[in-house]
Amino acid sequence: MGEPKFDEMDNYKKEDLLKVDYKPPGKSWFETKIDFNQRKGSWIYPAKPKNLEYIGFPNPREWFPTDEDWKLPKNWKEIILEGMADRLKRFRTFQVFMDICVRCGACADKCHFFIGGGDPKNMPVLRAELLRSIYRREFTKAGRILGSIAGGRELTIDVIKEWFFYFYQCTECRRCSVFCPYGIDTAEITMMARELMHLLGLNVNWIMEPVANCYRTGNHLGIQPHGLKDTLEFFADDIEDVTGIKVDIPMNKKGAEILFVTPSGDFLADPGIFTCMGYMLLFHELGLDYTWSTYASEGGNFGLFTSNEAMKRLNAKIYAEAKRLGVKWILGGECGHMWRVMHQYMDTMNGPADFLETPVSPITGTRFENAKSTKMTHIIEFTSDLIKHGKLKLDPSRNDDLVVTFHDSCNPARGLGLFEEPRYILKAVCNNFVEMPEDTTREKTFCCGGGAGLGTDENMEIRLRGGMPRGHAVKYVQDKYGANMLAAICAIDRATLVTVCDYWAPGVGVTGIHELVANALICKGEKKRTMNMRGEPLPGVNPEEEGDEDV
Amino acid sequence: MRVLVSLIAVLALAFIAYLGVGIGHADTLFGVVIPYLALAIFLFGIIYRVVTWARVPVPFRIPTTCGQQKCLEWIKPSRFENPYNNFGVIIRVAMEVLFFRSLFRNVKSEIKQGKVVYGHTKWLWLAGLAFHYSFLVIIIRHLRFFVEPVPIFVKWAESLDGFFQVGIPILMLTDVVILAALTYLFLRRVLIPQLRYISLPADYFPLFLIGAIATTGILLRYFFKTDLIGIKELALGLVSLKPVVPKGIHWLFFMHFFLVCCLFTYFPFSKLLHMAGIFMSPTRNLANNNRAVRHINPWNPKVEVHTYQEYEDEFREKMVAAGIPVEKQPEPQGQGTKE
Repeated sequence: MGEPKFDEMDNYKKEDLLKVDYKPPGKSWFETKIDFNQRKGSWIYPAKPKNLEYIGFPNPREWFPTDEDWKLPKNWKEIILEGMADRLKRFRTFQVFMDICVRCGACADKCHFFIGGGDPKNMPVLRAELLRSIYRREFTKAGRILGSIAGGRELTIDVIKEWFFYFYQCTECRRCSVFCPYGIDTAEITMMARELMHLLGLNVNWIMEPVANCYRTGNHLGIQPHGLKDTLEFFADDIEDVTGIKVDIPMNKKGAEILFVTPSGDFLADPGIFTCMGYMLLFHELGLDYTWSTYASEGGNFGLFTSNEAMKRLNAKIYAEAKRLGVKWILGGECGHMWRVMHQYMDTMNGPADFLETPVSPITGTRFENAKSTKMTHIIEFTSDLIKHGKLKLDPSRNDDLVVTFHDSCNPARGLGLFEEPRYILKAVCNNFVEMPEDTTREKTFCCGGGAGLGTDENMEIRLRGGMPRGHAVKYVQDKYGANMLAAICAIDRATLVTVCDYWAPGVGVTGIHELVANALICKGEKKRTMNMRGEPLPGVNPEEEGDEDV
Repeated sequence: MRVLVSLIAVLALAFIAYLGVGIGHADTLFGVVIPYLALAIFLFGIIYRVVTWARVPVPFRIPTTCGQQKCLEWIKPSRFENPYNNFGVIIRVAMEVLFFRSLFRNVKSEIKQGKVVYGHTKWLWLAGLAFHYSFLVIIIRHLRFFVEPVPIFVKWAESLDGFFQVGIPILMLTDVVILAALTYLFLRRVLIPQLRYISLPADYFPLFLIGAIATTGILLRYFFKTDLIGIKELALGLVSLKPVVPKGIHWLFFMHFFLVCCLFTYFPFSKLLHMAGIFMSPTRNLANNNRAVRHINPWNPKVEVHTYQEYEDEFREKMVAAGIPVEKQPEPQGQGTKE
C-alpha cells in the first residue's frame, strides 16, 4: 500500500481541510500566479492527443500543466481575442455578464469551492473577473486607455494558465446565479472560458476522453454495442436473483413506443448499476413497450462541459435514433447535466422533434404537456405520476433499514425545478425520509464538487473541499436523524458523492431513486424477496433463509 | 490605493467646478453647455449600450429556476420563482427590480468549530434597497425644479420624505438614508477583506461621486440656503431649451450640478448600467417552458455528427454476433473484426 498519494482521499486530513483561511492574500489578484507543482490535487490532467484528434479539436499534443511551455499556437493571443469577439456577438449572456457586475460580493460565499477552500479566485465574482479583466482591457475604451485603473489586465500566458486552473475548478452548478441580483451565471462564464481554451488545445482528459468515446461508441465509457448488451444481461441476471423475475432487454427495437436513454454511469459501477436495475425491473413490471439503444447509449453529454458545438454533436444522436427506431417519445433516466441538456438545449440544437408525439404515459394516460415540444419526459416525472395514480404496488418497509435523505442535483434543481416529484417518490417508497438543512437543498443545493467534468481523482483535494458543504449537510442529518442513505437523481452524484460521504460523513451510502423504487416494488410473479437490489438482506430477513450467494 | 484613486478623481472633479465657476465664472459652460452634453451622452450612451446588448442573440433559453417546475397538475408550481409563462417572467423581473428578490435570499456561509454554518444576512439587501429608493425619491423631489407647476406626486414625495417635520428647512429622510446607505456600502467594501480584494476603482468611484453629490446637495439645502428661485429659472430654461443663467447663484450649486453631470456622463460606460442590464439577463427574463416551446437559436451551427450508419459500419459484425438488430446485414466474408 504505502503512503497515500495526492489523488487519494486518505492523503488529506479533515482537520487540515477544515482550516480554511478566507482572508485573501495581501497582493492584488492581478498579480498572483499559479504554481502547478505546489497545487497538485487541484487540477486535472490534460487531454490525450488521440481524443482531440478523433473529434477534430485543435492543437492535439503531449503537454503537462507543470511544464513551463504549454506548446500553444504562436498566435495564441490573437486566437483568444478573436474568439472572445466572436462569442461576445453570439451570446447575450456573455456580453451582458461582462458589463453589469457591480462586484457586490453576494455570490462570494455561495461557491462550494470557496466555502471549502477559501481561495479568493473561487469566489464566483473573481472567477468571472479573470475573464472580465481581459474584456475590459481589450474590448472597452476605458480599459484600453486607463488599463489597470479601469480594471483591465493584460492577456499573458499566466492569465491563460490561471484560466486553465480556475475554470476547471467550477462545476457549472449555478448556485451563485441564484443569489446574484442580476442573475449573472458563472456557468455561462466558465463555458465561454472553456470554449476559448479549446481553441488553443487546452482541455482535460477527464472530459475529452468521454467526449471522444461518446462520439464513436455512443456513450462516454466507450462501451461497444455487444458490451452494452452483456452489461444489461448481467443486470437482468442479478434482478432475477433478487426477484425471481427474468426481465427482457429490448435493444435497438424498431417500432417500440418509447426510447429510453440514461447516463452510461448507470452501466458502470456501484451504486449506479442498481438504479439501472431499478429502471429495468420497473419497465418490466409495467409491461412498457420501450427500447434501449446502443447508438444513443448515453444520456449524459460531456459536450456541455466542452463547447456548445460539441454538445450539439453528441446530442444529435438522441433524436436521430428516435427517428430511426420510429418511437413515439423519449424517456430519460436519472441524470443531472443530461437533463440540463435535454431540457434547455436539445430542442433548440437538434429539434424540432416533429416526428415524435407528446409523451403520454401508457399506464396512466397522463399527457406530459410540459414536454410537448421536446417530447422527452423525465423518469422521475413519469414514476411520480404512476405512484400518484396508484399504479405501483409498493412495500416501503423493504427500505426500513434506511434513513434516506435527498440531494437535489444542481441541474434538475436550478435548470428545471424538479423538487417535489423526487420527494413524492421517496416518501412513497421508504418510510424514513429526512431533509437536509434548508440552505443546502432545492435551489440552494450544493454541488457534489465533481460536476462539469471535475469528478476525477487527480484533483482530489479540490473535490473534497468542494464536497465539504454537501458533506457537512449529510453529516448533520446523519448525526441528528441517523440518516444512512443519500438519494440523488444524477449519475455524476452517484459516482462522486460516494467519495464525499466516505470522507465527510462515513457510513452514509449513495443511491438513485429507482433503486429504492425497485426495492419497494411488489412485482407480479416475484418470489419472496429476501434481498434488496444490492443483494443485501432485506430488513428483518435472515440471510441464511435463501440459498443464493452473490458476488 | 484603489480607494485613493477614486477619491482623488471625485475631489478633482469637484475642484474643476470650483475653479470653473467660483474663480473662472464660466457659469454658462457649467450651467448650460456641460449639462446638455452630459444629458446627451447619458441618453445616447444608454440607448447605444442597450441596443448593443439587444442585438446579441440569446442562443439558448437558460433561466435559473428557483422554485418548483410546472409539470404534473397535482404539484403546485412556483409561478414567479420558476415562471412558465410571460406573466410569471414579468413578475419575476419586477420582483428583482423593485424588491431585489435575489439579494434578499442571501445566505452567509462560513466554517465555525469545524462545521459549515449558514446565516441569513439581509444587510446588503437593506442597504441596497435603502440607497436605491432614497435616490429615486430624491430624483422625484428634484423634479420640482424642472416642472412648473410642481406636479402633485412630487409634493407627495416631499411631504412623505419630510414626514417628521424636524428642522427648518424640514429635514428630508432620504438625505439621511442615502448618506447612511452609502457609508455602509463603502465601509463594507473596505472592511470586509474579500470585498476589499475584489473591489476596483470602478466600485469606489461611483460611491464617492454620489456621496459628493448628496453632500453638496445637503449643504445647499440646509446650510447655504441657495437662491432657489434662480436655480429654478436655470432649470426651467434648460428644460424649455431657452437656457438662461441668472446671476448670483452660489458656486456650490454649480459644483453639485457639475457632479451630477459627471454621473450622467459616466453612467453608460460603467457598471451603473446594471440598471438596464437586469432586464436583459437571460437567467431571469425567460420562462422555464423549455420542453413545451422550442427556443430558436438564430446561429444554430451546422456540426459534424457521427451518424448511425457510420456507427453500424464500425460495429456491425459485433452487433450481429450479439443478436442486436442491424440495418444492413454484414457481407458474408466479413467475420470477426479487429479490436
